[in-house]
Amino acid sequence: MNIIEVKNLTKKFNGLTAVDDISFAVNKGEIFGFLGPNGAGKSTTINMLSTILPVTDGDAFISDFSILSQRDDVRKSIGLVFQDPSLDDRLTAEENLRFHAKLYGVPSNEFQKRKQEVLELVDLWDRRGDIVKNFSGGMKRRLEIARGLLHYPAVLFLDEPTIGLDPQTRAHLWDYILRLKREKEMTIFMTTHYMNEAEYCDRIAIIDHGKIVASGTPRELKKQVGGDIVCMTSNQKTELKKELEERYKKEVKEKDGSLQVEVEDGEKFLPRLFNELTAKIDSIELRKPTLDDVFLSLTGRAIREEEASDKEHVRQHMRMRRRT
Amino acid sequence: MLIQFIQTIYTIWQREIIRYWRDKTRIISTLFMPLMFLVIFGAGLSKTLATGNFGVDFVQFMYPGIIAMSVMSVAFFSTVSTVWDREFGFLKEILVAPVSRVAVAFGKTLGATTIASIQALILLILAPLIGVTIHLAIIPQLVIFMLLLAFAISGMGLLISSLMKTTESFGLVMQVLIFPMFFISGAFFPLTAVPSWMSALSYINPLTYGVDAMRQIILGNQVASNILNGLSLHAISVNALFLVVFSAVMVTAAVFAFNKRA
Repeated sequence: MNIIEVKNLTKKFNGLTAVDDISFAVNKGEIFGFLGPNGAGKSTTINMLSTILPVTDGDAFISDFSILSQRDDVRKSIGLVFQDPSLDDRLTAEENLRFHAKLYGVPSNEFQKRKQEVLELVDLWDRRGDIVKNFSGGMKRRLEIARGLLHYPAVLFLDEPTIGLDPQTRAHLWDYILRLKREKEMTIFMTTHYMNEAEYCDRIAIIDHGKIVASGTPRELKKQVGGDIVCMTSNQKTELKKELEERYKKEVKEKDGSLQVEVEDGEKFLPRLFNELTAKIDSIELRKPTLDDVFLSLTGRAIREEEASDKEHVRQHMRMRRRT
Repeated sequence: MLIQFIQTIYTIWQREIIRYWRDKTRIISTLFMPLMFLVIFGAGLSKTLATGNFGVDFVQFMYPGIIAMSVMSVAFFSTVSTVWDREFGFLKEILVAPVSRVAVAFGKTLGATTIASIQALILLILAPLIGVTIHLAIIPQLVIFMLLLAFAISGMGLLISSLMKTTESFGLVMQVLIFPMFFISGAFFPLTAVPSWMSALSYINPLTYGVDAMRQIILGNQVASNILNGLSLHAISVNALFLVVFSAVMVTAAVFAFNKRA
């Protein structure tokens, strides 16, 4: 059964097309990843699906409710964790949950039961009485996930859930997300621009310039790249490129100043290359394809990891917060 | 439907109250400002004015203005905090919930009204300590005007915050709206003998009506009626009527603007 069914969804901002006629479906109980660089249209899509942003064209159904005509039903069916923190940090963890429960009409006896359940799921039960201001970034994100689950949504939306977190916290958060899928059989729709995180997803759709350029399981997508990746650096780049193209009939791609080719059997290709090649190579690397390579082969560009700017963004937020 | 509507108003209101109660520095600092005005202006001007024929003790004269000022600043700050909520994302949590935005706007306005009235009540309790005489019998009447004024200003604050795009314009609003409203409200000097442009502006200033009414209530049984009449602008009932109409317009406009923009 499809929990999310997106049909020709389009969003235009003043003539600029942010999301361009996309269609896809998400099955019950899977983690579906929306992968793409910043500005590709991921958050715009999530905002339309969660009914906060008006749709220009097309429609989408969540648990068979239309995002156009059954807004309140859609809202009750989804849990949301936004890219930017949306907790009230003057309130305690429990108060934030109670606030949410009241807005979603969760009865208070039911709330008593559920708050323990969701807080234990993210290991914050012991911290329930603490003011959120004193929480770390990872704890806040976990609390937001717990909050998003409180009204028992059919699907949980996570918009860049690990953004601004350090690598260790990020890995830790993934344990919780996978646990959610395992123990609750929760359907999760998430966006990310971290290629390695997309590997955790059951299925992914790669989005670029508002269009879905590929979708499937990570394994299927990586298969599209075909074989292994050989990555070379050289100060005779032009000669090397020419030789690779002419002698081996390979399509050469440039990434971060190095040349890349896809070969079927890397282990056999390398010795041949060493024997025959006349252009000099400074270094060579053989590896199995990653989703990064998939993106590169589909769009001709690499997804830039925008770690520094993300951290700066969060830091700025914290500064602003302290001022109030 | 109706129960959910009321529950939403209550929930939003309750959050405002919890936040207020937890922020003790805010409680103290918003009390400090009006008290400082009262003590400094009172000390500075009461001697000078006593030599003329002002007819009223200056601290006693200024006190209702100070209450109105406190109501205004607290009510305004509390609703404008919506802009912060928007900037820091908490508003998203509210806006994505399956609840009526009209209820959210009402909850917010009522929360600010409550907080502003509590602050004013604290000032009222402090009155004897700073040498202001208040008869217990007039307190209910005073409280009604505190609530009316607080509601009017909260509605105005929410309207402004719905129209404001960023927190940066906040300073501008303070400069061009709030301070002039304080000064042309009759809080510091009577508006009976001012230039006509100031008089005209004071007619559209809700604070004027709050100050005028509260002054007549507080001074009513303390000074001779001819002196009081010389200081007052409108009958108490006219003041009340203006505040009710102003509140209705502001709150309706705010609810619309909030529903549309937020």
